[in-house]
Amino acid sequence: MMMAKVSARIAPERARAALSARGLSKTFGNFQAVKDVDIDILHGRIHALIGPNGAGKSTVFNLLTKFLQPSAGTIMYGETDITRMAPADIARLGVARSFQISATFGDMSLVDNVCVALQRPNGLAVQFWRPLSSLSRLRPRAMELLGRVGLADMADHRAADLSYGRKRALEIATTLALDPKVMLLDEPLAGMGQEDVERMARLIADVAQGCAVLMVEHNIKVVADIGHDITVLQRGEILTQGNYAEVSADPRVREAYMGTEDDD
Amino acid sequence: MIEAEEFETVAETTRPHRLQRVLVLVLIAALMVLPLWVYPVLLMKLMCFALFASAFNLLLGYGGLLSFGHAAFFGGSAYATAHALKVWEVTPELAILAGVGAALVLGLAMGLLAVRRQGIYFAMVTLALAQMFYFFCLQAPFTHGEDGIQGFSRGRLFGLIDLSDSTVLYYVFAVVFVASIFAIWRIVHSPYGMILQAIRENEQRAISLGYSVQRYKLGAFVLSAGFAGLAGGLKALLFQFATLTDVNWHMSGEVILMTLLGGIGSIAGPIVGAGLVVTLQNYLATTGFPVTTALGATFIVCVLLFRRGIVGEFRHRLAVRRKP
Repeated sequence: MMMAKVSARIAPERARAALSARGLSKTFGNFQAVKDVDIDILHGRIHALIGPNGAGKSTVFNLLTKFLQPSAGTIMYGETDITRMAPADIARLGVARSFQISATFGDMSLVDNVCVALQRPNGLAVQFWRPLSSLSRLRPRAMELLGRVGLADMADHRAADLSYGRKRALEIATTLALDPKVMLLDEPLAGMGQEDVERMARLIADVAQGCAVLMVEHNIKVVADIGHDITVLQRGEILTQGNYAEVSADPRVREAYMGTEDDD
Repeated sequence: MIEAEEFETVAETTRPHRLQRVLVLVLIAALMVLPLWVYPVLLMKLMCFALFASAFNLLLGYGGLLSFGHAAFFGGSAYATAHALKVWEVTPELAILAGVGAALVLGLAMGLLAVRRQGIYFAMVTLALAQMFYFFCLQAPFTHGEDGIQGFSRGRLFGLIDLSDSTVLYYVFAVVFVASIFAIWRIVHSPYGMILQAIRENEQRAISLGYSVQRYKLGAFVLSAGFAGLAGGLKALLFQFATLTDVNWHMSGEVILMTLLGGIGSIAGPIVGAGLVVTLQNYLATTGFPVTTALGATFIVCVLLFRRGIVGEFRHRLAVRRKP
């Protein structure tokens, strides 16, 4: 009965899905990592992808960003079929991702990290004959983005020297530089201290007002706080979809995942 | 907050120093007066190899790609330059241009195939393609096989300046050399150079920011091939011959050795490395001591004592000392 309710809720909203997948599947050799996943990521909402370890969250994430090629299924970005596109092409369309292992350009300063993301959209990526000073017009925007994640006062530090939580914040700033329509965040809060978690959660909620967000996340409290839609994966398949109240009420979810997680 | 204090010094060392600018000017001045004391042909040979190593370093040190086939561009350009001077009888600057053009075309062809691969596979593909080019040069009639192309005059630069005088040639070399090193420096410190650095540091992240990394790598490969070609063309002009030695895989190995000895990822590193290797070769050639043994020993010592290369180690020590 509950499933019927969920699909009825999703169907009319499909039209305004920023990113959606149908029948998404991935097999590695004989192992079916992801099976028949339907997912809609809606504009202005945070979609949380949760599930126990090995449920296929990261695989789904990598399929949606095309860092993995799906074995079956389609991925639509608005009206565009992106199932066969290369990851860099999707990024240029406006689908930006972060990485589970925090991905920064370690030897560069923070402001340069953000500038690198700004260079391509501003047409300043291939000029090998121009001096670096030609990038200075990107700096104000980069500083603004760093300010948004609370890193403005560290702009000239090396990215490699940041604490883990701050690296993640820098990554969000870099991703925001692309002005994405869809933001996919792979465990954005993993390894952060409580204070950082709250700040980052607020930031993600804030960012989501202007785009669609999908995040893989283990922190159920944050998912409950800021997540609008939740997809629960188990063994590569969708166990259930819905809002937090619906999902947490599902006995199968409690059994598979939340019961144990809540005790932590 | 701890980080804030701890790493201030690092940011400082990455900022360009006024001292560096002064040093560069002193070196350029030295380049101008050096032929008063040192044999100019040796200095010109040094410049050729320093430029070759710098071109190689553009790809390895800044692009993160280890090519084992750079002899193809160096030697290929030498052949093209020599052929243009001898058969087409064009002026030397056009001959060099022909050489650079040949290297660029060759670089594009090899690069298109090689940049699809990474790490050791990339190195192997470049080696295989360069070997194919070597055998092409061995067979093709215009290279004159084992004899090589020789017996041509250097001609007149722009049809005006006679280059048979080695002092005149020296100053032409010096100008081209300084301009080329500046061009490489500019490429490294350009918007494109930033993206190249980003790709080297985190390729996946660069992709996720919308960069088609293979195209950027190909760009670095072709630019590097072009400068290697310029070095090869200059060498052909200097010694007035082009032979199989320049396209042989030994030459590819030698440039790797020079660059690693001096230190990758700095402008000065490959110049110092090339200087050391060429000087050593030149000195040992008259003593009868086996050159390869000496070079090998030097290389082993370098790898054991200063892995960052001579310049790299120097910079590192300097940075450590600055940190209180």
